[in-house]
Amino acid sequence: MEWSILEQYGPSLLRGFGVTVLCWILGTIFGMALGLVIALVQRYAPRFVGWIVQAYIEVIRGTPFLVQLFVLYYGGPLIGLRLDAIPAGLLGLTLYGSPYFAEIFRAGFRAVPHGQIEAARAIGMAEPTIVRRILLPLGLVSSLPALVNFSIILTKETVILSIITVPELMYQVGRMSAETYRYLEANLVLALFFWVLVEAISRVGRRVETRITKHLIERT
Amino acid sequence: MQASAVEIRKVNKYYGPFHALKDVDLSIPPGKVTCLIGPSGSGKSTLLRCINFLEEYDSGEIRIDGQLIGYETPGRKMSGRKLREMRRSIGMVFQQFNLWPHMTAKENVAEGLIRVRGLSKAEAETRAAEALTKVGLADKMENHPSRMSGGQQQRVAIARAIAMEPRLMLFDEPTSALDPELVGEVLNVMKTLASEGMTMVVVTHEMGFAAHVADQVAFMEKGELVAVDSPQGIFHAPKDQRIQNFLRTYHERNSF
Ligand SMILES: Nc1ncnc2c1ncn2[C@@H]1O[C@H](COP(=O)(O)OP(=O)(O)OP(=O)(O)O)[C@@H](O)[C@H]1O
Ligand SMILES: [Mg+2]
Repeated sequence: MEWSILEQYGPSLLRGFGVTVLCWILGTIFGMALGLVIALVQRYAPRFVGWIVQAYIEVIRGTPFLVQLFVLYYGGPLIGLRLDAIPAGLLGLTLYGSPYFAEIFRAGFRAVPHGQIEAARAIGMAEPTIVRRILLPLGLVSSLPALVNFSIILTKETVILSIITVPELMYQVGRMSAETYRYLEANLVLALFFWVLVEAISRVGRRVETRITKHLIERT
Repeated sequence: MQASAVEIRKVNKYYGPFHALKDVDLSIPPGKVTCLIGPSGSGKSTLLRCINFLEEYDSGEIRIDGQLIGYETPGRKMSGRKLREMRRSIGMVFQQFNLWPHMTAKENVAEGLIRVRGLSKAEAETRAAEALTKVGLADKMENHPSRMSGGQQQRVAIARAIAMEPRLMLFDEPTSALDPELVGEVLNVMKTLASEGMTMVVVTHEMGFAAHVADQVAFMEKGELVAVDSPQGIFHAPKDQRIQNFLRTYHERNSF
């Protein structure tokens, strides 16, 4: 192995990692937000809106992320949607993650005992208030482990953004391997960076989880 | 004679093809305790939940202090806002307590005062503290439900309901989920409420409570309201065979 090339490629790899983290964070936030909206729509909107949303979910879940990105980036201009690589990548990640996040939230909402919602209705609480004060806090807590889990999966999907030339870590690693033929070193660096990222996310996730479920666990 | 607090007239309720309430008639006198008894599956909970329209009845009328609940006119649904307004003055206590686990006892009680009655946080907390003191939980206000016994949780649930200053309280088997030694503390709170003149409708399997605290007892079976009578009449001189059978089974199960 030949680690000296890292001196030359280190900065661009770090920059790539920065772009990866940025894409991951924003893609996760936007994807979760859209997923939450979808889950709420599925719960409260009239039947036919639910069908439209369901169709969207089927399409996204039924096609590979790679294909979605291609369509978005290369097909987008045909309908006037001309995006730079990073915005296109972010939009792609958001759309791709949203149905999975929606499903997680939906399960989280279902885990809120119906009686606790009824108790709020019984004192005359309005539905939006119930969502804000009871359904969301309790539903999000039970969604948390699955949210963290899927966010970790999303970190790895970010490498696909390289094919639409988003200069993230995979892209830089690819460039380094192509220029130096140091495939092994390049991919070990890639693995190391991802391991650090994933480890950090799961640690933070666990910490948040213990913190906010402190009061929710029955004393036995 | 005073007008009824709740007037139930010819109420029918279906779950799909299943006829859960059959032409039920019942008057709930104000300031009195009405107990609903009957075998499992007879429709007691369904009837109780129709009173605050948590369950929609299909035909007939339920009037709270003269006002029809759930429907504007028979067949035309009431607006959500109006229904919520009516529900404000009807407290409900559930078998499973249904406290909000992410809030402390005090927050559970204050929540409705803040979000529904529009009280300031400070005012709501003062009233929540009063209500919790009343049910004997002055020292548990900052506890989350997960740190309370079932009996304590149910008393918080009662405090949550009475803090809203309801005119009517509905109880659906409030002690059925409790360990036997915790039943008394909840029944005592309910007795206090009754002695203060709260109008109460109580679905219960506690025949002792029904016999000693109720002013009237209604017996249901298979979706029908079979009889309404004084506790004396139901427990000591039941005219209907079905009541006799029910009481016999009850005594057999509880004797040893
Ligand atoms: N949501 C529902 N869908 C279908 N059937 C229902 C529903 N809720 C209740 N039922 C049926 O209606 C009947 C009456 O139920 P209800 O809960 O009112 O009985 P209950 O008298 O309260 O019984 P228990 O003493 O066991 O609580 C039962 O046969 C029950 O199976
Ligand atoms: Mg019941």
